Amino acid sequence: MLPLVVIFALGTGTVNISIADIWQATRGLFSNDSSSSSFSSSSQIHTILFDIRLPRILLALCLGVILAISGAVMQGLFRNPLADPSLIGVSGGASVGASIVIVMAGEWIQSGSALGLSAVAVGAFVGGFIATILVYRLATSEVGTSVTTMLLAGIAIGAIAGALNSLLSYFADNDMLRQISLWQMGNLSTANWSRVAMVAAVAALLGCLFPWDSRALNALLLGESEARHLGIDVQRVKRRLIVLTALGIGTCVAMAGMIGFVGLIVPHAIRLLIGPDHRWLLPGSALAGGLLLIIADSLARVVVAPTELPTGILTALLGAPFFVALLIQRRREI
Amino acid sequence: MALMAENISLHISGFNLLRNVSMRVEPGTVTAIVGPNGAGKSSLLKVLTGEMTASTGHVSLNHQPLNSWALGQKAKMLAVLPQHTVLNFPFTANEVVALGRIPHQTGILKDELIVADALKAVDANYLQKRFYTQMSGGEKQRVQLARVLAQIWEPTQLGDQFLVLDEPTSAFDLSHQKLTLEIVRGLAEQGTGVVMVLHDLNLAARCADNLVVFDSGTIAAQGSPEEVLTEELISQVFGVKSIIAKHPVTQKPLVIT
Repeated sequence: MLPLVVIFALGTGTVNISIADIWQATRGLFSNDSSSSSFSSSSQIHTILFDIRLPRILLALCLGVILAISGAVMQGLFRNPLADPSLIGVSGGASVGASIVIVMAGEWIQSGSALGLSAVAVGAFVGGFIATILVYRLATSEVGTSVTTMLLAGIAIGAIAGALNSLLSYFADNDMLRQISLWQMGNLSTANWSRVAMVAAVAALLGCLFPWDSRALNALLLGESEARHLGIDVQRVKRRLIVLTALGIGTCVAMAGMIGFVGLIVPHAIRLLIGPDHRWLLPGSALAGGLLLIIADSLARVVVAPTELPTGILTALLGAPFFVALLIQRRREI
Repeated sequence: MALMAENISLHISGFNLLRNVSMRVEPGTVTAIVGPNGAGKSSLLKVLTGEMTASTGHVSLNHQPLNSWALGQKAKMLAVLPQHTVLNFPFTANEVVALGRIPHQTGILKDELIVADALKAVDANYLQKRFYTQMSGGEKQRVQLARVLAQIWEPTQLGDQFLVLDEPTSAFDLSHQKLTLEIVRGLAEQGTGVVMVLHDLNLAARCADNLVVFDSGTIAAQGSPEEVLTEELISQVFGVKSIIAKHPVTQKPLVIT
């Protein structure tokens, strides 16, 4: 399995490069010489490359990593391959948290300062955290975590979140409304370096801490009491993972709104490719998630140029067929 | 050293699931727990393994209160096979059994050998690379059995080892029932203490050193199968008329209903 992961790592590299090619071919007539003579003719190229596109690519990469790895962890934690931050209401909770902060502290955030951004992120984190705990509590009984209850709880919490969001939009003034609807569409166009720094920090944190619990997650797939009999402090692991996923999803929602499917499809696809062992699944999902979101975002920028599509639409459009293809292939093998 | 329960009572939401239950599992012996449905057998196993805390009474493992052991240490001495394990993820049999090695830090190479041996022991060698999600009920149960065997495959310096099985043979055909009993006896000969819940009285009589009969939350009788299995007890506990005969070969009690 190790070579597979290495290939994945290499794949990320090559696709990064080919995305650079896509840029040069489609968007900038002037990109051709940007690599050699960025200092000579215009600072415009420099600005486009390093102040607009690079942060955006890095933002997509980090968000993809966070969404996919959080999705993988949630599916392990809920012992269910259908768990996804957007399906089970966590993203909804996070967006309510962010909306509340925007409406309460609107002036402050419109200045676009890093401090304002952090406040939105904290709001999203708290919202996502509450939603995760609620769904988990509702879905878990003494017998275990029930699929149906989890999805139903997710729907309920999603509905409440939707209602709260509408309520907040109703009371918001024009500027706030714009702020709220901007990120609800799942958009990466607001990328700048301070955002990248924040998201990268969170991605790095999750990337370092989640693999620590890979074996615990593997054992958890058997069930909580089985994991406990294998010497794992289930309560502690669960608490840690829930806090970290809420942090991850909260950050993503605060930065780019609702980008669905990455957290559901990427871990699923990777699981079909290399199996459910979290020691490989987590890094594999992280890489593939970053990859998918970079591609999706690049396409979102060029498909209907000069305007843009919300990235969330493209992640679904790109991810779903791939997933279906894998399912069909698997079925043939059986 | 032993796995011991002293005066256990368990009350959950107004029900007395267990009342004054005391039992002792010695290393190197097999204890079988039998009794009607809902008599509290599984509850006792949960208390014995630390999954539930008794309302009153104590459980000790190798002379120390069970919950004073660190989880990682406990896992090296006490392996537990629940009645049902739901696993919806396509692990291979090898990967499932390897989960039993989580408490140990013996290295990948050694773990691989133990995993292969454990699968061989339960006659599931041919399943190695098959996906758990595509196995039959009996195959799944055998793989899970191999997992708990792998967990206590080697003795530990911490103390005697114990294996707790909740209806390990419920999905097995005749030959695998027999195989399970042979595995259990073999473990006992190597010094492991085994406790298991069984439904088949004859299976229990055949392999247990100590037979514990449960009836509505209390122990109705315990001792060697010959002492315990009487016609009165069976009609009193199970409400079934029976004849106790002797197995022509093993000389163990044979319950005919």
